[in-house]
Amino acid sequence: MKRNTMSYKVKQFLMFAGPATVLFFAVVILPFVYGLYLTFTSWDGISKTKPFVGLANYLAAFKDAAYWQALGRTFIYSAIAVILVNVVAFLLAYLVTSGIKGQNFFRAGFFVPNLIGGIVLGYVWKFVFNRALVSVGQALSIGALSTSWLATTNGAMLCLIIVSVWQYAGYMMLIYVAGFMSVPKSLMEAAQIDGCTKSQATWNVTVPLMRASFVQCLFLTITRCFMVYDVNLSLTKGEPFNSSVMAAMHVYNQAFTYKNYGTGQAEALILFVVCAIVGVTQVYIGKKGEVEA
Amino acid sequence: MDANAQAAQKKKVSHAIMMIVLVAVFFLFIFPLILVIINVFKTKADITSNPLALIGAHGFTMENFPKAMEKMNFLVVFKNSLIVTVCATVLTLLVSSMAAFVIVRNNWKACNLLFSGMVASMVIPFQVLMIPLVSLYGGIFGVLNSRITLILMHVGFSASMATFMFHGAIRTNVPMELEEAAFIDGCTRWQTYWKIVFPLLKPTIATVAIIDAMAFWNDYLLPSLVLGRKELYTIPIATQVFYGTYSTDIGLVMAALLLAMLPILILYLFLQRYIVEGVTSGAVKG
Repeated sequence: MKRNTMSYKVKQFLMFAGPATVLFFAVVILPFVYGLYLTFTSWDGISKTKPFVGLANYLAAFKDAAYWQALGRTFIYSAIAVILVNVVAFLLAYLVTSGIKGQNFFRAGFFVPNLIGGIVLGYVWKFVFNRALVSVGQALSIGALSTSWLATTNGAMLCLIIVSVWQYAGYMMLIYVAGFMSVPKSLMEAAQIDGCTKSQATWNVTVPLMRASFVQCLFLTITRCFMVYDVNLSLTKGEPFNSSVMAAMHVYNQAFTYKNYGTGQAEALILFVVCAIVGVTQVYIGKKGEVEA
Repeated sequence: MDANAQAAQKKKVSHAIMMIVLVAVFFLFIFPLILVIINVFKTKADITSNPLALIGAHGFTMENFPKAMEKMNFLVVFKNSLIVTVCATVLTLLVSSMAAFVIVRNNWKACNLLFSGMVASMVIPFQVLMIPLVSLYGGIFGVLNSRITLILMHVGFSASMATFMFHGAIRTNVPMELEEAAFIDGCTRWQTYWKIVFPLLKPTIATVAIIDAMAFWNDYLLPSLVLGRKELYTIPIATQVFYGTYSTDIGLVMAALLLAMLPILILYLFLQRYIVEGVTSGAVKG
């Protein structure tokens, strides 16, 4: 068999990797490159021609106050949501690995929100915020609950954060659980023999060894929160008064509602770069101090 | 009381406290879903007057379900979601495991280029690709509004991650000796792949299948951009459209939401262990 000829190699490659290569290029690489090109044109989504406009789209993006507001809002939302998701997830993971009865049941239960798509989740919670909480507030005459949180500017943000924590905590919990399990029991025991209490041993021995889990959970939550769209659409739809429009929704509207494809794509690219910088910096800092057992 | 008994006592108390916390949080986690379930069986007036009551003043009703099913066109929508999810998942598994095989076993330029491109592309979020995607395939090629386009796009987007996972699995779990033995016995590479390598990849196949099937089933943004015709809608799009039309008819909305959640929740009841394991190992490897 001639294993070194060019035609053998080409045949083998196409036979095994051909379909994946074609699809990957058609759906990821080509649109990415074409997207770069789009940012230099002013296309309205209908006309046949795409006039070249140079950097006008980037200028428009920089001048688009609503976009920067949305981006700032996404920052605040992501910062709070990422911290809360990880705190809740870590505590839950700690509880369900402590050898308590029914821990597998709890693990499975906390994961349930992840099974359901963002659109459906958003509508379920909309019902909770608009109807259930309001009815509790009115029945017990609690002022803060008797009108829907979704109707106020800060309330809508708060609701988005609550839903995100609910949605992602179970998933991140599973990663932290895997982290807890990866730390050998003998290390905990050694620390306890040396006089540590259980919480001291957890904090000083287990947590530093789980650094990889933290880095990973933070990366996943940061990228997901930055790109939030589904829940945003179904829960608040950007209301009230566009005060809860996140960056991804702004990009979507810019392109598909206002038909500014070029500007929309430029804004999407900026969002991607910002998100990538934050995510990669986090991973870099996190990995630098990694400890080996 | 000696020290051991005291320690045991302390452990019992701390376990009791942890149990209470867990049960409370667990209740918070499933509270929204329970709320949907109890309100499905109430009339619109009862839901409005008291959404928290277990049974409405007008009693138990089953009317919401059939009405919502009919208005949402649930059977068609469910069938669409199923077709898209199954086809896209199977194709992703085949296409990416094959690609991973040729990448791992050959140090060719094309392989390295493809693999590094795939790994690098995993950081690109869908939102960056959606506008050019629509303008390319909607504007220039005009192939939107088709289930096949959606399936192939799903495969293309998930191929990088899946190939990456199969790459790891083949490198660590498939011994070269087996392939060499197959070669000596006269197998071609194609036969070796199907008879030796693919069967050894079962655990990774399960992981990738679970992760991707869940992602495809629940995806909203891509299908909403690709599928414009009503008869092609998947469950998330149909839910969104339904809510837009019937948001005031809250009983129907409850039924529609429950219908949208039910298939995957039922599946979870049976495959719970595999799903939890698959998602964990997928996340930790990725």
